[in-house]
Amino acid sequence: MPDVTLTVDGKKITAPAGSLLIEACKSAGIEVPSFCYYPGLSLQGACRMCVVKVEKMPKLQTACTTGVTEGMIVSTDSDEVRQARKAMVELLLGNHPLDCPVCDAGGECELQDMTFSYGAAESKFAEAKNHRDEQQWSPVVYFDRPRCILCYRCVRVCGEGMDVWALGIQNRAVGSVIAPNQEDHLDCEECGMCIDICPVGALTSGAYRYKTRPWEMNHVGTICTHCGDGCKTTLGVRRSETGMEIVRGDNRDKSGINGDFLCVKGRYAFDFAHHQDRLTQPLIRKNGKLTPSTWEEAFELVGQRFREIRDQSGGSAIGVIGSNRTTNEENYLLSKFARVVLKTNNVDHHRTADFPALASALHGKPQKTASMRDVLNAPAILVIGNDPTNQHPLLGWQIRTNVRLRRAKLYIINSAPIKLRRQATAFGLLPAGAEAKAVAFLAGDDSLLDALLSGDTTRDAWIALREKIRAEQKLVIVFGSELRGRDIEKLVGFAATLTEAKLICLGDYANSRGASEMGLYPDLLPGYEPVAATKTFQQEWGNLPPEKGLSLPEMVESAKAGKLKALYVVGSNPVSRFGIDPFVLSKSFVVVQDMFLTETANIADVVLPAANAYEKTGTYTNTCGDLQLVKKAGEVSDTKSDFEMIVRIADAIGFDVRGLVPFGGGTHSDMGQTRGAQSGEADRHAVWLEAHNLEPKMTPFDPMAILDEVQRVVAGYDVSRVNLLAGNDQHLEIAESGASLIQPPELIVPANDDLFSSGTLGRYSKTLNSVCENKSAVPEVAAD
Amino acid sequence: MKFSDQFEARFTEMLGHYPTKRSALVPTLLYAQDEVGFMSDEVIAELASRLDLTELEVRNVISYYSMLTTKPRGKYNVQVCTNIACMLRGGEELLEHCKQKLGIGHKGTTQDGLFSLEEVECIGACSWAPAAQVNYDFHENLTNEKMDQVLEDYKKKGTQ
Amino acid sequence: MASLVSHPDEVRVVSKRFGQGATDIDRYLELDGYKAVQKALGMGPDAIINEVKNSGLRGRGGAGFSTGMKWSFVPQQSAKPKYVLCNGDESEPGTCKDRLIFEHDPHSVIEGLMIAALAVGSHTGYIYIRGEYRYLLVIMQKAIKDAYAKGFLGKNIFGSGYDLDIYWHGGAGAYEVGEESALMESLEGKRGIPRIRPPFPAVVGLWGGPTVINNAETLASVPAIILGGAEWYTKLGSPKNGGTRLFCLAGHLNKPGVYELPMGYNLKKMIYEVGGGVPNGRSLKAVVPGGSSTPVLLPEEIDVAMDFDSVAKAGSMLGSGGVVVLDDTTCMVKFALRTMKFYKHESCGWCIPCREGTDWLEKTLTRFHAGGGVKKDIDNIYYLSENMLGKTFCPLGDAAAMPTMAFVKKFRKEFEEHLDGKPCPFEKAAAAEPILA
Ligand SMILES: Cc1cc2nc3c(=O)[nH]c(=O)nc-3n(C[C@H](O)[C@H](O)[C@H](O)COP(=O)(O)O)c2cc1C
Ligand code: SF4
Ligand code: FES
Repeated sequence: MPDVTLTVDGKKITAPAGSLLIEACKSAGIEVPSFCYYPGLSLQGACRMCVVKVEKMPKLQTACTTGVTEGMIVSTDSDEVRQARKAMVELLLGNHPLDCPVCDAGGECELQDMTFSYGAAESKFAEAKNHRDEQQWSPVVYFDRPRCILCYRCVRVCGEGMDVWALGIQNRAVGSVIAPNQEDHLDCEECGMCIDICPVGALTSGAYRYKTRPWEMNHVGTICTHCGDGCKTTLGVRRSETGMEIVRGDNRDKSGINGDFLCVKGRYAFDFAHHQDRLTQPLIRKNGKLTPSTWEEAFELVGQRFREIRDQSGGSAIGVIGSNRTTNEENYLLSKFARVVLKTNNVDHHRTADFPALASALHGKPQKTASMRDVLNAPAILVIGNDPTNQHPLLGWQIRTNVRLRRAKLYIINSAPIKLRRQATAFGLLPAGAEAKAVAFLAGDDSLLDALLSGDTTRDAWIALREKIRAEQKLVIVFGSELRGRDIEKLVGFAATLTEAKLICLGDYANSRGASEMGLYPDLLPGYEPVAATKTFQQEWGNLPPEKGLSLPEMVESAKAGKLKALYVVGSNPVSRFGIDPFVLSKSFVVVQDMFLTETANIADVVLPAANAYEKTGTYTNTCGDLQLVKKAGEVSDTKSDFEMIVRIADAIGFDVRGLVPFGGGTHSDMGQTRGAQSGEADRHAVWLEAHNLEPKMTPFDPMAILDEVQRVVAGYDVSRVNLLAGNDQHLEIAESGASLIQPPELIVPANDDLFSSGTLGRYSKTLNSVCENKSAVPEVAAD
Repeated sequence: MKFSDQFEARFTEMLGHYPTKRSALVPTLLYAQDEVGFMSDEVIAELASRLDLTELEVRNVISYYSMLTTKPRGKYNVQVCTNIACMLRGGEELLEHCKQKLGIGHKGTTQDGLFSLEEVECIGACSWAPAAQVNYDFHENLTNEKMDQVLEDYKKKGTQ
Repeated sequence: MASLVSHPDEVRVVSKRFGQGATDIDRYLELDGYKAVQKALGMGPDAIINEVKNSGLRGRGGAGFSTGMKWSFVPQQSAKPKYVLCNGDESEPGTCKDRLIFEHDPHSVIEGLMIAALAVGSHTGYIYIRGEYRYLLVIMQKAIKDAYAKGFLGKNIFGSGYDLDIYWHGGAGAYEVGEESALMESLEGKRGIPRIRPPFPAVVGLWGGPTVINNAETLASVPAIILGGAEWYTKLGSPKNGGTRLFCLAGHLNKPGVYELPMGYNLKKMIYEVGGGVPNGRSLKAVVPGGSSTPVLLPEEIDVAMDFDSVAKAGSMLGSGGVVVLDDTTCMVKFALRTMKFYKHESCGWCIPCREGTDWLEKTLTRFHAGGGVKKDIDNIYYLSENMLGKTFCPLGDAAAMPTMAFVKKFRKEFEEHLDGKPCPFEKAAAAEPILA
C-alpha cells in the first residue's frame, strides 16, 4: 500500500496507508501512551490514554483506533491532550491501591510510569477506595482486583492469542471485573501470558510473587530448556546461598523468535534447577552403594576404567549416550570424544524425530526448510501429525497468530481432532497411523484414498484438500515424528512439485535437533557425515573407527551379551525412557552425568552432578534449525557443565585435551590435530579464527572454543558470530550437510510430553507438578 | 435440563431468526429465568452448551444485564423506580414504604419467599410517576395506599 | 395500561391511532395501515430516501440526526446482508413515549421499519424491545405474527417480489444497550459494550453487515410521511425540524403525560398550558428538557422553541423528549446525585473516564448531599465532569457529565449551602408535604 504523509507535532512523517496513528507516531519516534492498545491484539479504545488532537475533529481522538489519512495534522502533546491524560491517570488512581512498595510490578509498572509522566500524584478524591481481596486462581496465577485497570489485555491474549478463552469480564460499570472461567479459579493452559501482558500488578505469578524486587535481579536472555521450539526467555536471577537462583522467567525482551510468547514450561518450569534433590556431589558406587566422593577421585576412577576397557577390549566395548538437552558444543564434543578418545562409534541418543532422513532428502537442495519466524508469515501452512498446541506450543502460537493477523491458510492432517483444527481452513481426519499414506496420497497415489477415510472426512473432502494444498504458492509443511525415513523422502518429493514449499520436522526436546546435527549417531558424524565415507573428519579429528557403531538398543543387547563393558551416559535417562532392565547393565561400568538421581543414575557406578542449560553457555538448534545462544543465568555450586566433565575425563584418560578442544590459539594450539601443521602448512583453525576476528580461547573448558570448531567444520553452521552473540536466531541450511543415511524407523521413540510435562526435568519442577495436580482435563472451549 | 414446551418452541423459533446461534442468548436467558426463577448453574451450563458458548461467556453476559440474577428471589419481585421523574413524585418514599411493609431491604427477599424488593432505574413510566413493576406488571401513579393494595393482591394470588 | 391524555394543541401523527384498538391488524388496516409501505414499494429506494430527507424528520432517539441522510449512507451494493433495526430500548430517564407506541400502534413501527428496509435494500429487520417492557414484547410478537399471516412479511410481500423478514428481540435490562452499537452487540448475544467507530453501523453493523438503526418513534413517523408527503410533514414543525414529537411531561406538573406536539412548540407553554403548570402553588425551579442527560434549564431559559436547534442554542438538548419539571422544593444536589447514581449504575464499564468518573462523582455527591462536603468538592465535581466530557468511549460519559456541569454551574449557591456538615435545606420541606394527591 502507498504511504500517506501527515504532520505530527509539527513534524512531517509518512506511514503506510491503513496504519494506525499510534503506530505511525511510534515509528516516527513519537510515543503516544496507552494501556489498552497492544500490537497484534484487537482494538479496544478503552483506556483513553492515547488521546491526541486531530485538526478539524471536534473532540480528542484515540490514536489507537484512528487510521492515518493524507494531510492529517496531529498534536500529541498539547495542554489539552496532557490534561486529558492526566485526568485519566487521576481517575485510575482514585480506586487504585497505592501499595507500590510491596507490589510485584513496582518498578515495572506502566501505571507508575504514566503517573510519573503526567504528574497526577495529588489526589482529588476523599472517598474510600473500592476493595476486594486478592484471589488465587491457580497455582501460578493470582489476581488482585483493586490493582486492575481494566485494559483487557489479559482477556485478549488468552482468547485471541492462546485460543483458550479462560478470562472474561464479569459485571458492568465500576463493578466490572476480570473473571476466570471456573468462577473462582482458572482452568487453562497456565501459560501466564496474562501475567506477562498485565501493565500493572493485578495479575501476578505464584512462582515469583513477593520473592524479590525487579531491580534486585540480573536479567539474562537465554533459551528455554523444555521443548524443541526454542523460545527466548529472560531469566531473572538473584544470588542465593548455593549460587545464583533463577526467580523468574519471562519474555520482557520481546526480540526472540517467540516475540511475546512463552508457555507454562518456559515461564515457570525453570524451578527444577533448584529442586532439593539436585545432586551436588559426585557419587561412586562402593560396596554396592553410591557414596559421595571428591571430583578428583571420580574423574580419576572414570578415566582409569575407560582407559582400561578401551585398551583391553577395544572401543567397541564402550557405549556413549548423549543428550537432547545439552548444548551443540557439548554434543559435538561428546561425539568427538567418543570417536577420538574412546575410539568407539557406539554413540546414540534418544531420537524423537528423523532429522537424518530430512537431511538425506534435502542434501544439496538449499532453501527448503522453514524457520520458526517463517511460520508467522507464511501465507499457507500444512501440518501433518503431531499436536502443536501440546507439544510445540510456540509453533502453535505462531500458526494461530499468523491465521488471525494475516489470514494464513492452515491445512491439518491428523489422526486426532487436535485443537489447532479450530484455526484450520481444512482438516483431514485420518485413521491412526495413516500419516504416511496421506503423504503418498498427496503425492498423487489415489489408490490409498480409501485408507484415509475416517470420521466425516470424505473422499471428496480429501480430494478437495489435496487440490487446495497443491494450489498454494508458498507453503510451509510441518510434520511430526509419525513420518520417518522413506516417508519423509516422499514428502520432500511432493514438496518439490509445489510452487514453493519449505519443511519443518518436529523433534521433541530443546536440543534434539542439535544432538542430531552434532552426530550423536553410531553411523553419522556432525553435519550428517556418514562415518564410513568421511574425509573431513578424518582430516580434522585424525583416525576414526571406520565401522558403524551400535545404536542404543544394540548397546543394550551387547551389554546383555556381556560385550559392552562400559556405558557413558550424558544427560539422558535411557533406563526409564526405553524401559531397560537395570540388571542388564549390572556388569558394565556405567557413568552418568545428570542433575538428579534418575533411574539410570541409580544403577551407575559413578554419578557426576551436572549443570543444566540455564547454568552454562553454548548454542541450541531448535527443531526448525534456528541456531540460538544459550547463556549462563543460574548457578548451583558444586555442579559442573557436561562440557567440563567430558574434558576432565579425557584428561584423566590421559588424552591431551588440546586434541579435543582447540584452545590457546595460534599454531601452538594445534598440537598435531591437523596433519597440515606437521607438514608445515598453516594451522587451519588458526587461520579461520583470524579470518573471523575471534580471540583464541584460553581454557579447555570454554565451549566457545569448540563453537569455533563447530562453525568451521560442521556444514551449515558457519553463520555470523556477531549475530549469534547478539542473541539473534539464525536459520541453518540443512542442504549443506552431509549425505546422511536412512535410519531404522523404529529407533525413534517420541517423548510424548505435553504442555505440562517435560521428561525428567518436568518431574522435578514443583510448579509444573502443582499445576498438574490442580487440573481437570483442559476443556476445549468454544471460540468467540 | 427441562424447560416448558413453550420455552422450547420459542427457543427453536428464535434460533431461526439469526445467522449466529449466540444471538438468541439475551432473550433466552430472560425466558429461562422466568421459568427457573434465577440463573442457576444448571441453566447456565445448559444454555452454554445449546448455544456453543463457554459458561464463562454466558456468565459474563448474565452479569451485564440488570434483570438477570444468579440468586433466587421471591415469587413477586417488586421493583420500585426512584429515578428522577419518580423521585420528584415520591418514588423514594414509596420504596421506603415497601421496605417497611415487607420488612426487607434492596434486593432482599421475604422469609416466605413471596416477595423480593428492588430499587430500580427508570422503567419508562415517567409521566405516570411514581411507578413500580411487580415482575413484568406495571403499577403507576402510586401512593402508599395503592401500593399496599397492590402488594395485598399479589399476596392473595401467591398464597392461593 | 399507561393512561392517555390529550390537549387541543396536539397534532396527532404518531399518536393518531392511540386508543383506537390498532394493535389489531384489521383495525390498523382500517386506519390507513400498511398503505404507506405499499406506496413505498412502488417508489423505489431513492425516492423513499428523498421523501424522508425532505420531510426534515430527525432521529427521535436523542441525537436528532436526519433520518433520510442516515439511510443514504448505507451502500447500495454489499457482500454481507443489510439490516434494519428498531431501537425500542427506551431507557433514558424522563422518557416513556416508545412504550405508548408499542402499546397502541405496534404495526406503525413494523411498517416504518419495512419502509426503512425498502429504502436501503435490506431484507431483514429486528425490533429490539427493552426487557422490562415484556408486555409490549408480547404485543409486538403478535403484531409480527399477524403481519406474516397476511403476507405482509416474509416472501414476496404484497406480491411485489420483495422478501422481507422482521423479527422481535428482547433485552434484559441495560440502559447502555440503547446506544446503537451496544444494541447490536446485545442482539448478537453479547455484553452491551459499544463498538469502535469508524466503521459506522451504516457500513459495518449487525453481524458485520450495513445496518440502519432508528428509534421506534422515528420509524413510526415514517408511514405518515410516505402517505402525507414531505411537504406536509415539514410544515407541521419548525425550520429544519420536521413534524411532531411525543413529549413526555413528567415531574412537578398538574397534568403530566405524553403529548404529541409540533416540533418547535414553546417549552414554557408546554409546561404551563399543556402540562397544567406546577402543582400546589409552587414555583418552577428548573426544567430538564430532553431526558436526564440534557443540561437543566432555569425558569428564565424556558421561553424556547422545542426543536433540536433552538434548545441547543439555549445551552441544552432536545434529546429524547423527556421533559422533567422541578419545583422549588427540589434539592438540586439531591437531583444531581440521583442522576449520577443512574449513570454509575448503567455505565457499561468499558472505558476509564466513564467507569471511574461516574463512580467518583456519585460517591462525592453522596457524601456531599449527606453534609460531608467541603468547598473544593464543588470544583472537583466540575473538574471531573469536564474531564469526562468528550473523552469517553461512547456518549454515556457525556450524558453523565453534561447535566452535572450544568447543575454545578447554575446552582452553585445551592451546593454551597450543603457545605461543612449542614443538613440538606430541602430535606424537611419535601418530607412534610408530599406533592402527590
Ligand atoms: C447511552 C445511550 C443510550 C441510548 N439509548 C437510546 C434508547 O434507549 N432508545 C433510542 O432510541 N436511542 C437511544 N440512544 C440513541 C441511539 O444511539 C441512536 O442514536 C438512535 O437509536 C438512533 O435512532 P434515531 O436516529 O431514530 O434517533 C442512546 C444513545 C446513547 C449514547
Ligand atoms: S514453547 Fe517450548 S521453548 Fe517455548 S517456552 Fe514453551 S517449552 Fe519453552
Ligand atoms: S490505547 Fe487508545 S484507548 Fe487505550
